[in-house]
Amino acid sequence: MNRQGTHWRYARREDGFGELVIDVAGRSANVLTPEVLEELLALLEAVREDAPPGLVLRSGKPSGFIAGADVHRFAPLPPRDEVLAFIHLGQRAADALEALPFPTLALVRGFCLGGGLELALACDYRIACDDERTRLGLPEVRLGIHPGFGGTARLVRLLGSLPALQLMLTGRTLRARPAQRVGLVDQAVPERLLEVAAAELLRRPPAKHRPSRWARWSALPPVRPVLGAWLHRQVARKAPRRHYPAPHALIDLWVRHGGRFRDLLAAEAESVADLVTGETAQNLVRVFFLQERLKGLAKGREHGIAHVHVVGAGVMGGDIAAWCALRGLRVTLQDQDPERIAAAVGRAAALFRKRLRDPRRVTAALDRLVPDPDAAFAGHADLVVEAIFEDREAKRRLYAVLEPRLKPEALLATNTSSIPLEELATVLQRPERLIGLHFFNPVAKMQLVEVVRGAHADPGAIERGLAFVRALDRLPLPVASRPGFLVNRVLMPYLLEAVELVEEGVPPELVDHAARDFGMPMGPIELADTVGLDICLHVAEILGEAFGLAVPDRLRALVEDGRVGRKRGRGFYTWRRGKPMRHRLPRPDPARLGELQERLVDRMLNEAVACLREGVVADADLLDAGMIFGTGFAPFRGGPMHYAQTRGVEDLETRMHDLAARYGARFLPDDGWNRLRRQPG
Amino acid sequence: MARDDTTCRLKRPVYLVDGARSPFLKARGRPGPFHAADLAARTAIPLLLRQPFEPGALDEVILGCVMPGPDEANIARVVALRIGCGERVPAFTVQRNCASGLQALDTAARHIADGCADLVLAGGVEAMSHAPLLFGAAFAAWLGQWRRARTLPARLQALARLRLSALAPVIGLLRGLTDPVVGLSMGQTAENLATRFDIRRRDMDAFAMRSHHRLATAQHTGRFDGEIVLLADTEGKAHFLDDGVRPDTHLEALAKLPPAFDRPFGRVTAGNSAQITDGAAWLVLASEEAVARYDLRPLARVLDTQWAGLDPAQMGLGPVHAMAPILARHGLDSPDIDYWEINEAFAAQVLACLRAWQDPAYCREVLGLERAFSPIDEARLNVDGGAIAIGHPVGASGARIVLHLARVLAREGGRLGMASLCIGGGQGGAMLIESTQERQA
Repeated sequence: MNRQGTHWRYARREDGFGELVIDVAGRSANVLTPEVLEELLALLEAVREDAPPGLVLRSGKPSGFIAGADVHRFAPLPPRDEVLAFIHLGQRAADALEALPFPTLALVRGFCLGGGLELALACDYRIACDDERTRLGLPEVRLGIHPGFGGTARLVRLLGSLPALQLMLTGRTLRARPAQRVGLVDQAVPERLLEVAAAELLRRPPAKHRPSRWARWSALPPVRPVLGAWLHRQVARKAPRRHYPAPHALIDLWVRHGGRFRDLLAAEAESVADLVTGETAQNLVRVFFLQERLKGLAKGREHGIAHVHVVGAGVMGGDIAAWCALRGLRVTLQDQDPERIAAAVGRAAALFRKRLRDPRRVTAALDRLVPDPDAAFAGHADLVVEAIFEDREAKRRLYAVLEPRLKPEALLATNTSSIPLEELATVLQRPERLIGLHFFNPVAKMQLVEVVRGAHADPGAIERGLAFVRALDRLPLPVASRPGFLVNRVLMPYLLEAVELVEEGVPPELVDHAARDFGMPMGPIELADTVGLDICLHVAEILGEAFGLAVPDRLRALVEDGRVGRKRGRGFYTWRRGKPMRHRLPRPDPARLGELQERLVDRMLNEAVACLREGVVADADLLDAGMIFGTGFAPFRGGPMHYAQTRGVEDLETRMHDLAARYGARFLPDDGWNRLRRQPG
Repeated sequence: MARDDTTCRLKRPVYLVDGARSPFLKARGRPGPFHAADLAARTAIPLLLRQPFEPGALDEVILGCVMPGPDEANIARVVALRIGCGERVPAFTVQRNCASGLQALDTAARHIADGCADLVLAGGVEAMSHAPLLFGAAFAAWLGQWRRARTLPARLQALARLRLSALAPVIGLLRGLTDPVVGLSMGQTAENLATRFDIRRRDMDAFAMRSHHRLATAQHTGRFDGEIVLLADTEGKAHFLDDGVRPDTHLEALAKLPPAFDRPFGRVTAGNSAQITDGAAWLVLASEEAVARYDLRPLARVLDTQWAGLDPAQMGLGPVHAMAPILARHGLDSPDIDYWEINEAFAAQVLACLRAWQDPAYCREVLGLERAFSPIDEARLNVDGGAIAIGHPVGASGARIVLHLARVLAREGGRLGMASLCIGGGQGGAMLIESTQERQA
């Protein structure tokens, strides 16, 4: 029997086994929509009647297996019953697959995530391709939900409670071999043996994987509440319940229904329907789409860059060079000081070992990172990244020497964090090829790169910059060349307000606690110490000059005192072994905490509005994306502008006038708020 | 049988275009920061980056290496792939002990001269600090029994047969530096020469001291700029100079060292012998056509090479046996050669060569020449120091001395240069080159 549907096809293979192929029409990756699931349900009926001796489920797309349920289903928000119907449809499809009376096997290559893995879990066996691209996981928590197509119940049944919960709570994805180790897949085989392994397994089906005895023991009714309480505490450290309800809902589900498969199935559907309609999930889905938008900015554009030459092997230059080499580019790293180059290579080696693991690939990456102490190789590069110290004249002198040696089509990028490009471009014969690529520290962790467009820049150069940032697996944000660009500019008033608070006598621990309680990944005082107070002061002075920002005396005094933060062991905090020494605080009064948060966040919002008014970024969504991916601005709040809309523009303005009356003119609402008021969110 | 001069000479011109080497890193009792393939690859990558052709344009890669690591079978191919030559450029490894690097250059030159290649990357490498520790034959035999013993009693029996002495590792490096036929260590062959030519300990030490002082001066005056590439290790340490140099060494200090090979009466010490070192050196060799096609600016031209065999117990005299036929073929005497590089395996060995070279009896009786050569001017020999100060990564030294000789000729405006090495096992190798720098002037 052969069946050809819109998204699925079914046929008997030469060896007699049935083959069910998903190839969702009009998409580059397979995603599960109601339509796709309906078609699967109908087709499974026919497959059951065909009664092959075994069934292989696979993808017809080179990009991967199944990327998950279609996230577009959840934005804009449909009514709860519609969401629930979709979840039930997914569960019915998985149930039907599981109920087939012959052995079934999912053959996984590439991404197998979320709903995709939930379908694979409904098969008797899973074989995964042991290659670089293959990843399996249930990352739903990252979108503020948890698995709902039966994945919660089936993963617990397959792996045992703790391993299953760990996988779902972290949203971690696994390669084939680790997946085999935990029991998520039955075999991890190289691509050349996928077909052979599938046929072998179906011909002689072994016993299905079961969790170990102690894993089953952890699911006993008396154990679950104890283990659950412990899990809640673990999770709350990173994701407190009131900010991130999904992982906690998942733990609750398991405590309540962990022993009974059918009950858990029914409960997980209801729980996901509740979560999807909640504010956190909606904001996290928003963040997901913001990320897609940034990725899309570079879509279909060529960068034509194979060789990157980095000038300046300091922390930023060295780490940019290392990241480029990690991503497969040939990199030459120029610095007058061989020791600085070597230190950068040493850091790169640690990064490569951590990311690549395989010693052969580490060696290859190190081979790609070539020291250039004699400034010999700039002329070979397709892109030159300048990352020397923040000094306009030094940069201009460098460009004057560098430019005549560049290939005609080579791009020149500066990693300046504050100097407007127009001031640098004047020394160039061809200023149109200068762009800004502003990476953030640490390069290996920060996803955002600001792609800075000076007045002189060629649009083609900007497009190549965007595409290049994508090729580095970073998120490009186009910004105008205004002092501080977007991220530093919006962050600085927030940091300065924090310093102001400390000057007023608020303990730094309390300031940081307030910010983390709001949802920031790190408090502003700790952040300032980590970045280095000298660097903060430098940027603050540039921004202060440009926008009339007052720089607190305390900051200057500390820097003059040599207390520049973590790197010296002393700043606002005293640092030991890379950790700030914090004093214990009495439990803070919620009203006080709220006021601190308001002062910190409102200054950030005010500056964000000013940036929008000046056109530093094109729109509010891009601004939100920049602050979330550039600073970790509380993702569950959907970004600063989204947060402002949620709080209400007019309320905010009133509050800011109040604050201005009490604390000074820096809180006066920017003119840009007028425009926001006229077009409510 | 005497070689026919007309059949063996290079049939087409062969040019040494450019070259680079790694800093030579003294072995310090544990494996150094780089494997042999790392040294070779990370030296070749910047060298190739500065060429006007792509690595894939090379016709072949030839690398000399005495003891590649266990993951480096045919190390030349491993390196060729790592430096971006692509899968279609063939590569092979050559081994002639201490002259493996020179062998690579000779083979490359002959392939070019014969018209089989136009552009070849050739050199040598050795990571002596990574030389393996081996299990002895007794332990290997026991291991075989152990694997066959399946039952507990059989295993206990096997265990009872194991002798602790069998566990003593064999140090691969020491074995490699001992002549397997006559059973003498290389240092002992140098003692033989010291006796034969009556070379005093003090002369050896003075020679060693001069080598260190010359290297220190060369380092200070930037004579290695453009020759040595910067290597950065995974600990974040920079290596850009030969680190075995002792700029402040003096005769009293050298005199205190005990004999290293023939105790207690020998004269050859660690101080007047070449150092155990890790390093790599490369040269790009090209035909006239390749020079024209890529508009290359050659450093020098290869005029001739010679290999010779002699008594393994006197292997240190190898350079005399290899250089003599070249000078004879070209009708030259010592003063015609502007600069010399004779590898300093041992001070005693180089001094012995200098004596034999001008010794009428030796030249007549052993080399069959009518008369001796004029003395070699030591001011023109190893002008920037030699292996005693720089180190002698056995596979790499041949390529290093040719590279440096070509650069010395260019720097000093000399025309002819002779590079030669003694070879463990009783051989010598030599290469005569001619500077091409004045052609550009």
